[in-house]
Amino acid sequence: MINVFFRSALTATLALLVFTNPAGAAETTVAVAANFTEAAKEIATAFTAKTGHTAVLSFGSTGQFYTQIKQEAPFAVLLAADAETPKKLEGDGLAVPGSRYTYAIGKLVLWGKTPGVPADEATLKGGRFEKLSIANPKVAPYGAAGVQVLTRLGLTDALTSKLVQGTSIAQAFQFVDTGNAELGFVALSQVIAKAGAQYWLVPAALYDPILQDAVLLKKGEADAAARAFLAFLKGPEARKVIERYGYGLASGG
Amino acid sequence: MPLQPILLTVQLAALTTAILLLVGTPVAWWLARSRARWKEAVAAVVALPLVLPPTVLGFYLLLLLGPQGPGGWLASSWGAHTLAFTFEGLVIGSVLYSMPFVVQPIRNAFEAFGERPLEVAATLGAGPFDRFFTVALPLAKRGVLTGAVLGFAHTVGEFGVVLMIGGAIPGKTKVLSVAIYDYVETGEWATAHVLAGGMLAFSFAVILTMMLLEKRLARAGT
Repeated sequence: MINVFFRSALTATLALLVFTNPAGAAETTVAVAANFTEAAKEIATAFTAKTGHTAVLSFGSTGQFYTQIKQEAPFAVLLAADAETPKKLEGDGLAVPGSRYTYAIGKLVLWGKTPGVPADEATLKGGRFEKLSIANPKVAPYGAAGVQVLTRLGLTDALTSKLVQGTSIAQAFQFVDTGNAELGFVALSQVIAKAGAQYWLVPAALYDPILQDAVLLKKGEADAAARAFLAFLKGPEARKVIERYGYGLASGG
Repeated sequence: MPLQPILLTVQLAALTTAILLLVGTPVAWWLARSRARWKEAVAAVVALPLVLPPTVLGFYLLLLLGPQGPGGWLASSWGAHTLAFTFEGLVIGSVLYSMPFVVQPIRNAFEAFGERPLEVAATLGAGPFDRFFTVALPLAKRGVLTGAVLGFAHTVGEFGVVLMIGGAIPGKTKVLSVAIYDYVETGEWATAHVLAGGMLAFSFAVILTMMLLEKRLARAGT
């Protein structure tokens, strides 16, 4: 009885696998820096529609992915939030040389949604708020950019006690979104699609450019779907999505 | 060797355990003695953190402690606007999260000795308070001890909830587990090893001590 049930379940599973996987279509796993979450989801959908391949996305902080990839995580592609991590991975022999390129240039914003605490430079300098949320600067490039802004505005001493850290830019966003922090340094891409979002686009002079590089990892070297995904990311369709989310594009890239 | 997170963790666990013994013992007493039909519903609520993912608790706590929740209302009385990212917030979270580990063993201990010792004490003229403090509590000391040790150890081992409501502020909310996570993420494995290895040794020592104590008390008790 159990045996019969087991066998029919197995047959059904196999049938499902066969029928949902059209000829030539493959699956690839992509590690995506948290700031690029929404854009990556849209791009992955368009990618599947166009090529039949599926990109399975994992979201996290760039530093977290670095540690995981060093421990043989099964990612084929990394869309990092910086240029250093892909370069380091190449140096470690964990990325395919020559596959690195800048897919997006990130923009930092100061965002807030607490009434009476406008998210702008004056509020930041006045210090009349309790908590400023930021991504862990050691692992998240947007967090590091936030720290640079404070340094260049001469506010480090005044505001360090108000900082709360998220493990990634997604948690930094969420601290503001739940109202627990009045202000937060987040990515423009996270708030650009929010109706009525009030934010201050931090001038580019206040932080080093956030060049976000993509790289093909060793695990994906022989993976046709991974290569197809990177090619698609460079194409006009993906670039349109990237721009719509407020990122800059590297010229000629 | 980062001492600050260790110290902070010990403070958090000690305070949480103290509060849990004060709050949890009466709850356990009531659960053990009451004949109310809905008491098992209360017991189930207390036991919820055993099965809930810490993310569920973390998510609700973030809203409850925040400006729109009771935590924010409470915080506004001293001019702050949220209880998240504070030591007090972590204490509230830890008390809820470790509650079943304290209440359950104490309740079991109260139930184990049955009605008889209390009835005898009552016939001898002991009032309800007297019966609780001089009869019930000493008889349940094994359960209380187990509850205290488990509550302390479980709070030390807490991670998900603290990560979600803490904000990793050094000296305030960056406890040991979060510090270890941080060191692993940033590739500072030497420090991570020291802390993680220490935790391993500590946890082993706690569990072993508890088992040995239980055995000794069991022999001495009956």
